[in-house]
Amino acid sequence: AALGRKNWKEDETSRRTRLREGVPSATAASHGLTDEQKEFQKVAFDFAANEMAPHMAEWDQKEIFPVETMRKAAQLGFGGIYVQPDVGGSGLSRLDTSIIFEALSTGCVSTTAYISIHNMCAWMIDSYGNKEQREKFCPDLCSMEKFASYCLTEPGSGSDAASLLTSAQRKGDHYILNGSKAFISGGGDTDVYVVMCRTGGKGPKGISFGKKEKKVGWNSQPTRAVIFEDCAVPVANRLGEEGQGFNIAMKGLNGGRINIASCSLGAAHASVQLARDHLLVRKQFGETLSNNQFLQFKLAEMATKLVASRLLIREAAQALQEDRPDAVAICSMAKLFATDECFNICNQALQMHGGYGYLKDYAVQQFVRDIRVHQILEGTNEVMRMIISRNLLSES
Amino acid sequence: MSGRVLVGVKRVIDYAVKIRVKPDNTGVVTDGVKHSMNPFCEIAVEEAVKLKEKKLIKEVVAVSCGPQQSQETIRTALAMGADRGIHVDVSGKDYENLGPLQVSKILAALAKQEDAQLILLGKQAIDDDCNQTGQMTAALLDWPQGTFASEVSLEGDKINLVREIDGGLEHIKINTPAVITADLRLNTPRYATLPNIMDSLMNNETELHKPNHRTSLCVGLIPLFETVAPEDMQGGTDRSGAMLRHTVLQSGKPKRIILSCLCI
Repeated sequence: AALGRKNWKEDETSRRTRLREGVPSATAASHGLTDEQKEFQKVAFDFAANEMAPHMAEWDQKEIFPVETMRKAAQLGFGGIYVQPDVGGSGLSRLDTSIIFEALSTGCVSTTAYISIHNMCAWMIDSYGNKEQREKFCPDLCSMEKFASYCLTEPGSGSDAASLLTSAQRKGDHYILNGSKAFISGGGDTDVYVVMCRTGGKGPKGISFGKKEKKVGWNSQPTRAVIFEDCAVPVANRLGEEGQGFNIAMKGLNGGRINIASCSLGAAHASVQLARDHLLVRKQFGETLSNNQFLQFKLAEMATKLVASRLLIREAAQALQEDRPDAVAICSMAKLFATDECFNICNQALQMHGGYGYLKDYAVQQFVRDIRVHQILEGTNEVMRMIISRNLLSES
Repeated sequence: MSGRVLVGVKRVIDYAVKIRVKPDNTGVVTDGVKHSMNPFCEIAVEEAVKLKEKKLIKEVVAVSCGPQQSQETIRTALAMGADRGIHVDVSGKDYENLGPLQVSKILAALAKQEDAQLILLGKQAIDDDCNQTGQMTAALLDWPQGTFASEVSLEGDKINLVREIDGGLEHIKINTPAVITADLRLNTPRYATLPNIMDSLMNNETELHKPNHRTSLCVGLIPLFETVAPEDMQGGTDRSGAMLRHTVLQSGKPKRIILSCLCI
């Protein structure tokens, strides 16, 4: 599919990440999927290869937030993948979502990761909002007419999210917000902010933003502090009841963890393809690198860890979809395992490219830089270990 | 006018796949290989859907001839906006022998059965590169043909067409009903959307047809002797054009001139 868009000739950038498959190898992402899921995956792969991959280097270097491309993705249904159709979403499962993000990530990790955060916000409003809130916010979010940011982390509370300080004091039919949020993806360029704040306890002109952070990766989305000074927010915008917020935030993160892990997966998948192609082409000592046993074994290990990560993520997506008792723990396991392993895979792929891997002309370094942060956000991998050990050691 | 358009869609090996010849040289490896809709057929579907969106035609029917898997190709057409699908079931030996002449007979019969106003096809398939089906279908129906179309516009019961030909662009006006074959620059095919994919899989809009003796597939078999990969390229010698002809004439033996490279 998608030949017409490129006039038959693939430019250098899209050839770099075009996934060439002969007979599908064990690492093919389509194994075990239903026909419907394979169709979703196909659209996502095509979109990634044609609309994202040719631009991912430019978006990274010029720090461009690709609004138009994301809106095109939203037109295909990617703006609210697991949001209910009655408010403009696609109504798909967590597993469908994981498959889609995995495929999109092969085109640009940073942009896909932002799209997944946007999806998480849309879902939170869809799931916990009342009728008015859902109808007011979800359709615009699903079409990406408006973009969303998820505001939990503060300068003083990252892993210890429950200790957050941003306060919301009730004054009539408004809450007055005071405090600041840090590292907010999309902050300053988005329209809808889902803010976790404290109503019980301590408490200028509203909402302002810190400077745009300069990051190692994730450069196609702006990251800023979000500052609230006597910011008035209508009570009508409160999702759920007072006291329910932490719960809602954590529920949102379960899905967010699967999504971020899926993004790591796409990057690793693309990196394995790139490494494989490089090994078949690059010659040293009179033969292609693919004849070198150490590299063969390394590639085999990378492929094995890739498939293992994928299976764990898809199992976690199923568990979350079915609301199984182990859902929280297995989502944490999937996030922990996949983000760590996939980073190692991308890093190893860079190593296999030799000096070329270090040049920005080659996509593999961007995959490494972009997914490094997946081991830190949406709950550090250390916090993932806390959650998993709690699941094993708790008495109840 | 029925306002119905028939679009032919063919299931072919995906263009990005590295083609491999079977060890026994009887063809290329297709088992387990990624297939998709022929890119020029995608362009044809897109054009048909655009005509429907402009309300110039009423219904888009996607047709594919082949085995069970051709239904995937029809589903892709439905997800792009086609209204209905017709799967003409051809498998086994018949499928191996299926070529433009047979397909054009099937399309001609279906066009009469469906009372089609227009047949839209890709200009050629990327596996056999025949570039014959559109022309043969038009001849069998005695309809006008607009091949290699890069622009199509309907004007009443006539069609204005711009064709890409060797000498440049040719503007023609043909009557309907007609056969049009799509060239590369006719349009940019849309992506299927998630809701359309789900719809296309839920509503079983595809009819199954078995070809009968009237659309006989036994006629006009072209026996296939052997399939081989092209030889590895030898180094060429650099000569200017005039010198080359002089050298060929002089030596008396034709030099091997590499005219085209098959991408394999």
